[in-house]
Amino acid sequence: MMMRMVWQRVGIGLATLWVVSVIVFIATSILPGDVAEIVLGQSATPETLAALRAQLGLDQPGYVRYFGWLGDMVTGDLGTSKAGGATIASLIGGRLGNTMMMAGFVALVSIPISIALGLWAAMHPGTWLDRIITFGTLSTISVPEFFIATIAVLILAVELQWLPSTAYMTGDENFGELMLALAMPLITLVIVVSAQMIRMTRAGILNVMSSPYIEMAILKGVPRRRIILRHAFYNAIGPIVNVIALNLAYLVSGVVIVETIFAYPGLAKLMIDGVQTRDLPLVQACAMIFCATYVVLILMADIGSILSNPRLRNPK
Amino acid sequence: MTEETVSKKEEEVLAELDSFAELPDAPPKRKFRLSWVGYCATAVVIFWLIICLIGPSIAPFHEMDMEGDDSFLDAYSGEYGTFYLGTDYLGRDTFSRVLFGARNTIGISLAATLLAYLMGITLGILAAVKGGWIDMGISRINDAILALPTIMLGLIVIAALGSSIPILIGTAAVIYATSVFRIARALGQDIMVQDFVEAAQTRGEGIWWIIRAEVLPNAAMPLATDFGLRLVFVVLFISSLSFLGLGVQPPASDWGSMVRENLQGLTYGSWASIWPALAIATFTISINLIVDDISAKSGGSLAKKMV
Repeated sequence: MMMRMVWQRVGIGLATLWVVSVIVFIATSILPGDVAEIVLGQSATPETLAALRAQLGLDQPGYVRYFGWLGDMVTGDLGTSKAGGATIASLIGGRLGNTMMMAGFVALVSIPISIALGLWAAMHPGTWLDRIITFGTLSTISVPEFFIATIAVLILAVELQWLPSTAYMTGDENFGELMLALAMPLITLVIVVSAQMIRMTRAGILNVMSSPYIEMAILKGVPRRRIILRHAFYNAIGPIVNVIALNLAYLVSGVVIVETIFAYPGLAKLMIDGVQTRDLPLVQACAMIFCATYVVLILMADIGSILSNPRLRNPK
Repeated sequence: MTEETVSKKEEEVLAELDSFAELPDAPPKRKFRLSWVGYCATAVVIFWLIICLIGPSIAPFHEMDMEGDDSFLDAYSGEYGTFYLGTDYLGRDTFSRVLFGARNTIGISLAATLLAYLMGITLGILAAVKGGWIDMGISRINDAILALPTIMLGLIVIAALGSSIPILIGTAAVIYATSVFRIARALGQDIMVQDFVEAAQTRGEGIWWIIRAEVLPNAAMPLATDFGLRLVFVVLFISSLSFLGLGVQPPASDWGSMVRENLQGLTYGSWASIWPALAIATFTISINLIVDDISAKSGGSLAKKMV
């Protein structure tokens, strides 16, 4: 029963990925003007256009190009960039590692902080600290990521001059220098992601707190701390795992802004540059990587909540 | 019977209906009361909406006026007039640009949200009422779009089409119509199985009558609260794109792009990028506070959905 549900989710995830590839392909290929026109620009003559189209395979019907593109992508051939002609795989290589490293650090820092603060707020609802947490997190999720980043630069880089305001990396730093360069983007992303997680953790625990068995525990006189840590927390793990995976997925849009503002050499920065120069093959590849990561994380959230639900683990 | 007696009868009936409202089992009247935080937040939102309308006419300078070439001037300095908030990287008055930018940022977001609602509600109610393969088809496409990060969708469309205000509005509207569709469809399905709808169907009422008289009034309140939330998301989406340089194009003023343009000034201690950022923050936080307040008063079920 449980395994069947898990496989079902994996199936849905794969189907979603396929639909995503169709959307990305359609959005970037069948729209007016093709790569050949953009490349040749003003100097386009019907002959050169036709020649370039034939060279790029653009004279073939849409579905042939789609399956060709999908086949290349699945086998790891991401194509060549329009600008400069470098292969996209070589452009992406190092950038992807940088972005993954940043996301890893953010997860490492923000998950413990969020669960601790969310639990604390749920344990003491209505106190002034709970109100500060609630208001603070609501404000954080209501403002754009670049607002948090700008304020962080103003305070930490300009006024206090503790940290550099850009994440410039040469590639041969030692660990301390690396941390210093990463500090500003890390702080910004941790604040943005934690705010969501704290809110959801608090709501998840309070939701469990309104169930009958908690009422029973209160009535028989179990102390509040014990109720939360022994009764509520284990039942809230499912929703919390869900929240963590969802928010790591939420990082996808966070990194786009943060890498741009701090000039961090990551995948999102590469993609934005691609959008600005309208380098469609590059944008397609980056979009597929981001969307696939997003879909996989959502899938993990789904599976996590299935696995942590004892009612599904022990079918009748 | 003369006309006068008819109208008199009507008044009596109305008076009688009024007295029913006083009975103990009468349905509770919907009260619209906010906490003081809610009232303050409402005042801020109304303030920005007014600025949206009259901003350009009360601004001391035009948004594109370059007063000399003194970039990043401090507030209250300059020989050409008073710069209340200083100047930006091209020597334009920041205060005037914030006032002009309100129209772009809030106007585009409002237009996109309204369009998203128009599409989302129409399709959502249609799917809920018709069911069957129409519902299946629209829902599957909707799920696929929902499965992508919004900013990625925006980037893909802009990479392909370039950026202009109609494209921005259309893109944001389509992306956010998906979540409106989900809510409208769920609400519609809930309402369609209620007894009063069944009664109306048995009575032989047409589908349009049922949608207009039963479904829409009952779905209105939750949808109105959701509108606030959706507007915040759209403001964040549009200003993030502008911040990336892919939204509203210069020299037009827009809060998101103003933050980006003046970011370099931050290191010289200029606040030219902080003011537009604060403008966005006050607007979006206020809307969220109002929504929070309303949903806390209406049983908190919405509050749980939105966290």
